[in-house]
Amino acid sequence: MGRFAVRRVASMVLVLFAITVLTFLIFQKIPNGDPALRLAGRTASPENIASVRHTWGLDRPIWDQYLITMQKVFTGSVISYTQRINVIDQIRRGLPATVSLAVGAGVIWLFWGIVLGMVSAVKAGRFSDRALAVLSLTGISTPVFVVGAILLYVLAFLLPIFPNGGYVPITQDPFQWFWHLVLPWLTLSVLFIGFYSRVLRSTMLDTMGDDYVRTARAKGLSERRVLVRHVLRTSLIPIVSLWGLDFAAVIGGGAIITETVFNLQGVGQYAAQSIQSLDVPPVLVIVMFAAFAVVLLAALIDILYAYLDPRIRLSG
Amino acid sequence: MATQPAGTSQEHGGLRLAGEADPDLAGEGAGEGQPTAGVGPYRLALRRLRRNHVALAFGVIFLLVVAVSAAAPLYSRYIAHTGPNDNHITETITVSGHSENVVSTTGIPIGPTWHSRFFFGADQNGRDVAVRLLYGGRASLEIGLLAAVITTVLATIVGTTAGYFRGAVDGILARVMDVIWAYPPLLLGIALGTSLALGGLKFGPLTIRGNSLFIPALIIGFVYVPWVGKPIRGQVLSLREREFIDAARTQGMGHVRIMTSEVLPNLGSTIVVFIPLIIANAILLEAALSFLGAGVQPPNPSWGTMIGEGLQLLTAAPHLVLVPGLTLVLAVVGINVFGDGVRDALDPRAQVRLQH
Repeated sequence: MGRFAVRRVASMVLVLFAITVLTFLIFQKIPNGDPALRLAGRTASPENIASVRHTWGLDRPIWDQYLITMQKVFTGSVISYTQRINVIDQIRRGLPATVSLAVGAGVIWLFWGIVLGMVSAVKAGRFSDRALAVLSLTGISTPVFVVGAILLYVLAFLLPIFPNGGYVPITQDPFQWFWHLVLPWLTLSVLFIGFYSRVLRSTMLDTMGDDYVRTARAKGLSERRVLVRHVLRTSLIPIVSLWGLDFAAVIGGGAIITETVFNLQGVGQYAAQSIQSLDVPPVLVIVMFAAFAVVLLAALIDILYAYLDPRIRLSG
Repeated sequence: MATQPAGTSQEHGGLRLAGEADPDLAGEGAGEGQPTAGVGPYRLALRRLRRNHVALAFGVIFLLVVAVSAAAPLYSRYIAHTGPNDNHITETITVSGHSENVVSTTGIPIGPTWHSRFFFGADQNGRDVAVRLLYGGRASLEIGLLAAVITTVLATIVGTTAGYFRGAVDGILARVMDVIWAYPPLLLGIALGTSLALGGLKFGPLTIRGNSLFIPALIIGFVYVPWVGKPIRGQVLSLREREFIDAARTQGMGHVRIMTSEVLPNLGSTIVVFIPLIIANAILLEAALSFLGAGVQPPNPSWGTMIGEGLQLLTAAPHLVLVPGLTLVLAVVGINVFGDGVRDALDPRAQVRLQH
């Protein structure tokens, strides 16, 4: 077990390192985005630009710049180009909205994904299963911004029940916090509910054919108990690991469109706004941390799997 | 076209799959016109798919959207008499007897007229939404299909090479796929899109301009490689231990030959199942990137850019979002339900599943 964990962590560190390099290179290549020109302002003289280039370390060799950037990222002193404010502070400011969005939506999509997936698996082949299949495929096929726009138009404009976007901190007014987040939660959940119910349906149907399920039935357990205690419990493993990865991605700014449509001022919207103004440092940091979150959780899940299932750690 | 997965070209691969321990014998034993005895899995799958009327109907919906979008220039020239980027912001048109401004003095564009001109209304620049919808559909679908081809080819090459050679080659390729896979697709797409859409791409003597459709197609194709390449690699890892690969090796076949003529045909059904899924996801990712300004560059239309521009006028002119949004959903639902049917048809266990 220990050896497996060490190997998994070592490969994770390698991937994390590669992520920092790749992210840095992608943004290094941004054209028309010569940071020195942007920092020095429109009417800068060549000497001025040269001095900016020097003080920001932009005239150094590329690996030097990489090291400087990474040092700044990990000590939390990255400064954005356009507004010259600390990026980490700015991300921290957006984090409550993003976390609120992720937690609420995560609970909704996990719950409904499991419920609908179970119903389809139990009713496999019947009408309700087929109807749910088309419904969840529609959910998977509808982009977040279309769902969001329709919800906003119908439930915030035609029938003004919910507010037209925006975020209210929970410390300020818990009810308004909740009321502002209902539509974003629903919007973000639709896609995942469709996806999770499909995954759960197929793993449950696979599990139902297993020997131990037949044994459970043979020893006279009620169908309900067989389904919940034996089938569902095993089938939930892939769902929960998927949930971990998706949740990490949303926290890392992956809900960029939901946040933009509903103007939540979270981490994702900060990334979107920085992209539009070609402000590299915030995007670099957010993209990198999103990937970090995913890699860390994936490694954690693998080690947890190996702990639960000896076959994995012995074969790998 | 990619939506015809079990076509005749794969029939031979299918026959080989049926008797993979001895491919030549199976090929001779089961000729084309023979009755049930030698029916290959692809032919069986095709039969099952033909019985799945829901999947076929949705496949037809997708093809209809493709066909109508492909006819964009005809619609533009002969029916709407305007191009996708032509402004009519100051003009007036006559709708059922009285004349109306294309864009009102307060900046609100006209809604659907249901006539040949401005069938789906105008946008804030006085451009014909129907014409833009068709041209946008062309861009979205071209990017989606092209990206699907790029992903399929790259993922098959990378996955097969990594799984077949194992060892150091696998170590590097699998790690590279892990790195790409770790980024949320949208964020990686945005990062690459911002970087490339502005400056274009120089690849040796080849230069691709920033506003070319190839850029989003390349980005999307690249982003999805690990999502398909990892499962393919896993499958090849177990395939290479099978007897027929040993047999090929003892016959003195080279690595490349074994990979292309022994391993690849056995990946057929996996790849076929993935293709509709990739097309659907590629269209969705294109829309999301364009929506955020990192995909198709304005003024060129795509469903994503149209929705992004329309969102600012959502309450005054909802048709700007609804028309491209619902068309997009229609196309993607079509290919997704069809793809689901393909998977059910190709995966024998799906039959068992349905009998529960």
